[in-house]
Amino acid sequence: MKHRISALFLGTALALAAGGGAALAQDKTVKVGVLTDNSGLYSDLGGAGSTLAAQMAIEDSGMAAKGWKIDLISADHQNKPDIATTIARQWADVEKVDIFMDVLNSGVALAVNNVVKEKNSVMINTGAATSDLTNAQCSPNTVHWVYDTYMLANSTGQALVKAGGDTWYFLTADYAFGAALERDTTAVIVKSGGKVLGSVKHPLNSSDFSSFLLQAQASKAKIVGLANAGGDTTNSIKQASEFGIVAGGQKLAGLLLFITDVHSLGLKVAQGLNFTETFYWDLNDGTRAFSKRFSERMKNKAMPSMVQAGVYSGLIHYFKTLEAMGGNPHDGAKVVAKMKELPTDDALFGKGSIRADGRKIHPAYLFEVKAPQDSKAPWDYYKLIGTTPGEQAFRPLSESACPLVKK
Amino acid sequence: MQALYAQLLVGLINGSFYALLSLGLAVIFGMLNIINFAHGALYMMGAFCAYFLLNVAGIGYWPALIIAPIAVGIFGMILERTMLQWLAGLDHLYGLLLTFGIALIVQGVFQNYFGSSGLPYAIPDELKGGMNLGFMFLPIYRGWVVVFSLVVCLATWFLIEKTRLGAYLRAATENPTLVRAFGVNVPRMITLTYGLGVGLAALAGVLSAPINQVRPLMGADLIIVVFAVVVIGGMGSIMGSIITGFALGVIEGLTKYFYPEASNTVVFVLMVLVLLVKPTGLTGRAA
Repeated sequence: MKHRISALFLGTALALAAGGGAALAQDKTVKVGVLTDNSGLYSDLGGAGSTLAAQMAIEDSGMAAKGWKIDLISADHQNKPDIATTIARQWADVEKVDIFMDVLNSGVALAVNNVVKEKNSVMINTGAATSDLTNAQCSPNTVHWVYDTYMLANSTGQALVKAGGDTWYFLTADYAFGAALERDTTAVIVKSGGKVLGSVKHPLNSSDFSSFLLQAQASKAKIVGLANAGGDTTNSIKQASEFGIVAGGQKLAGLLLFITDVHSLGLKVAQGLNFTETFYWDLNDGTRAFSKRFSERMKNKAMPSMVQAGVYSGLIHYFKTLEAMGGNPHDGAKVVAKMKELPTDDALFGKGSIRADGRKIHPAYLFEVKAPQDSKAPWDYYKLIGTTPGEQAFRPLSESACPLVKK
Repeated sequence: MQALYAQLLVGLINGSFYALLSLGLAVIFGMLNIINFAHGALYMMGAFCAYFLLNVAGIGYWPALIIAPIAVGIFGMILERTMLQWLAGLDHLYGLLLTFGIALIVQGVFQNYFGSSGLPYAIPDELKGGMNLGFMFLPIYRGWVVVFSLVVCLATWFLIEKTRLGAYLRAATENPTLVRAFGVNVPRMITLTYGLGVGLAALAGVLSAPINQVRPLMGADLIIVVFAVVVIGGMGSIMGSIITGFALGVIEGLTKYFYPEASNTVVFVLMVLVLLVKPTGLTGRAA
């Protein structure tokens, strides 16, 4: 009798454990959090557009029809790392967010990177530039999707030095991103036989650049490299034309420009600029179809930036991974490991892969901004002048300082 | 040495924006006792007004210099009539909170419709190009900004300190009841004064439109510095805020040259120093 009862207990316990395990594996709920700048200088390139891209990815993935329940929330980190980490902790602990999307601004991204690792969530970063996210600061929970400072430096920097721009002067935004971009570009310039004559660090979100531009002018460098982003870059470019920098024979290099910046500058001011992006709405049929749908749902009818396109593309891959796993294990490191196993393929960034260090690999495109008379339609802004294959565009694994990379 | 001259001149250009904006604030504070936190938003509205005049109505820069300040000034007067006037006699804090709230709402609405990266506004053809001064290349437009804002500042100072109308105004701030007894319509005068201060902000907005991108947050970035300028110059002092505006532009310009990282904090360091030594500001009278 005693034996039978204990056997019964054991059986029940086993059944419960097995049942529980099955329930866990079949847990088909996901919570997506878009953490971005909703109100500041970067809100046009991420912001509400990133949330829309996430919404579209959820709809297009068809997960709901397969029995998944996907929630989407978003928040404004105001470009402040302390606010961002507070939100991230609350999202992980209270809201039970599984995946952090966008997280633009390098300072914010590096801070949230630590929280995501500690809480074992997932971050697909599509907005921050710093290459440290997949180098010294790499994490088993983070994938860096769209671009990084190494790639920008490599593509734009090399192309300009090759074209004869062998002396540089930098205007650098004074925070993690600017420093990383200047550092990575300097390395490329020196390697290609060029020289950096100097640099000036300006506070984030400056409105007047004339002092800095005068210093760049006085340096007599052939290239004035703009290691800044968003409103800082557009104001630098606009004021550079006012102070006759380009007319005086110096060339501007916007190291990080987004289509929203070009739109805001207008082609008259922006024409002739060279820079690198990994997504442009008018690349092929896939990008055009997505961008058209996206733009129709945007309040100001804007085309997607590469950051917003990355949110869509990253989430599609994430959903694909969850489906391959048969359910959501709510274990960030495990999901990211699986994401790295599966090849990526979507209409926006094409075929690609995710490396051991968390770097998403896809081609980088060197663009030139069209002259006003060459632009045939609204948002027809870029001319493709070069493509770097994914394997060459990003930092080679052999140079990586990431502990996740086995050497 | 040449670089130094160039930085001084560039500083003077920025100083003219500080001067125009802080002048408007000083007028409003001096006459109405309102700490107008909506000033930055009104400055932004001036720039947007110029943008719309050009792109919707085809009206260029020169008429915009007059139309935009009047249009935004009228908006300001409506604000004063419908909201601010009820705060007369209350603590400064109420006016500050109300105008701050208005600023947030206005900026939010503009950002909702126009995004954050801004809209382009070209320099008028007459003022394109630049002059080589030997030590620097001076864009003609920047030179125009310095000269024009100096003229406007001095004219405003003259209006308030040297004319009969200005005398009424100053008297009305001291003792509104007595001035009323002389048959002067004090509430209307106060409304017009607020309109004048707001108009000055909008004028600065139009002037800055061709230099900066026309952005919803262009004023929010600037207003804090301008408040520091007003505090340093002495709250409510007209000449004080003009001189401090230009002087701080120059000091900030020099900081951008010698230690650029500190360029957006130097004004506040100065503010702390001035307040420690002379709490009423450089030209302020004791209350």
